[in-house]
Amino acid sequence: MTARLKTIAGIVIVAILLFPLYWMVNASLQPSGALLKPDPDWFPVEGTLDGYRSAIGSQGGHLLSSVIIALGTVAVSLTLALPASYALAQLKIRGGPAFVFVLLIVQMIPGIVMANALYTVFANLDLIDSYLGLVLADSTATIPFAILLLRAFMISIPKELTEASRMDGAGYWRTFFSIILPVSRNAMVTAGLFSFLFAWADFLFAVTLTTGQSFEPITVGIYRFVGNQSADWNGILATAVLAAIPAAVLLVVAQRYVVAGLTSGAVKD
Amino acid sequence: MTLTATRPLTTSRTARKSRSGDRFVAWAFLLPASAYVVIFFGYPLVANVVMSAQDYTVRSFYTGEAPFVGLGNYAAVLRNPLFTTSTVNTVVFTAASIAFQFALGLALALFFNGRFLGSSLLRSLLLLPWLLPLVVSGAVWRWMFDQDHGVLNTAVGVFGIDRIPWLSSTSWALPAVILTNIWIGIPFNLVILHGGLRAIPASLYEAAELDGAKPWQRFRHITWPLLRPVTGIVLMLGLVYTIKVFDVIMVVTGGGPANATQTLTTWSYQLSFHDFAFGQGAAVGNILILVATVFGLLYLRSAKATLAEVAS
Repeated sequence: MTARLKTIAGIVIVAILLFPLYWMVNASLQPSGALLKPDPDWFPVEGTLDGYRSAIGSQGGHLLSSVIIALGTVAVSLTLALPASYALAQLKIRGGPAFVFVLLIVQMIPGIVMANALYTVFANLDLIDSYLGLVLADSTATIPFAILLLRAFMISIPKELTEASRMDGAGYWRTFFSIILPVSRNAMVTAGLFSFLFAWADFLFAVTLTTGQSFEPITVGIYRFVGNQSADWNGILATAVLAAIPAAVLLVVAQRYVVAGLTSGAVKD
Repeated sequence: MTLTATRPLTTSRTARKSRSGDRFVAWAFLLPASAYVVIFFGYPLVANVVMSAQDYTVRSFYTGEAPFVGLGNYAAVLRNPLFTTSTVNTVVFTAASIAFQFALGLALALFFNGRFLGSSLLRSLLLLPWLLPLVVSGAVWRWMFDQDHGVLNTAVGVFGIDRIPWLSSTSWALPAVILTNIWIGIPFNLVILHGGLRAIPASLYEAAELDGAKPWQRFRHITWPLLRPVTGIVLMLGLVYTIKVFDVIMVVTGGGPANATQTLTTWSYQLSFHDFAFGQGAAVGNILILVATVFGLLYLRSAKATLAEVAS
């Protein structure tokens, strides 16, 4: 096969695999009535933004809640993971390898088990329906990942660099803040991005640890929207498009970080 | 003279001091994260085991009482006909998802490994389904599966096939959620396997070509054996992830119709958060942990080399 044929075949493959996403955008731009015709419109010829209007009207608050939770998760995860990774990567610590092993293991615990147990704990601590509760729960998935990723990066920082800084009289904190953190910027961005994406997309903790009485993350919003049989697919899919935006934006502006995070822990170059 | 004499002395003293200082400071840096792990993993895991031995219901939250029932919850769960249903569904869902994700991911990885215009751009576009919130993907597929207005039935209609009741028939619902999950999992397999392919030295292929090896022989005798470590990791990671899939099933079918898509994960959720039988939900959760751990250990064994590197 010539290179040009391969390019064409590649475009066809991508078009087929990404068709569901096109179909989502297409439906989000068509009035609900048009979606219920026997033969679907392949292009939003009678385009309308009504879906987006109703999505922002009914789900705007949920989107905002998810932003708060996702940013909170990034903050908590990085605050805990950065110093821990520094200790594990740069300072010899007894029990360090064991701790890394524990992190590998806990990543395999099914989320439903965590949710089941956290629900009973949170109910006693009044953390149901609380932003703090959801941030802490989401961090169970992001902290082990962030530590493993950051640690793998920080190991590669030459010890001479940190030792030289300490020779110059900088304490561990100074070394951490003025050497380790700036050097680890890329790994930090990757860990932060993935923490954001996870918390943004989280549905399991969101649906188990909130009751919908005070706030509702967007994933639960979509779930209830889909479930209430209104068949307002225009509104549902407009909401879905809005919820997909962070992922799409991140893929465009931060693709190399995304690929770095995806392959970390699985393959080593 | 004095300089050379004192130097080793001072360095060894500072080295000793800094080594013990190191240890203390290292712990200070590690403390917040390890406290978090103990509180948010250690405690829930223990609580889950304790809960699975109690008659823990919604009343327990108010009264604080949950009578000890020993293995009663496990017995109840195992006697429940839903146990067999959801175990079989879990096995079918996991096996089918992984087989197709892997096969398609590998085919695409091989295709995009070739050099042609736009190959890396197209490859990165394929990441999108994997990055989307699972609830979004689930909603889109639910719309496409719609019996009367879904595009999939329009497509099969072209071939003269009647409208398929994807989500309302007990025999079609499981294939439908599997199809959705395959679509979501392809990018992950593609990217990891593509990384593995890149690591295979091109000189091997050139040598094989000189010896007259056909494309299939090159795949069979070079690509496949050299890709094996990566294959093992992808399959095991896929297994660990797929066993606990929750979001996709909940949005597309909710475990229905008539429990046709109920897996151990969704059933555990059902028991705890719909029937408020938290003890039984915990029991199913623990069974799930057991299964995941067995596969997890297999994974760690197959990834021993990677692990040794990570833990060094």
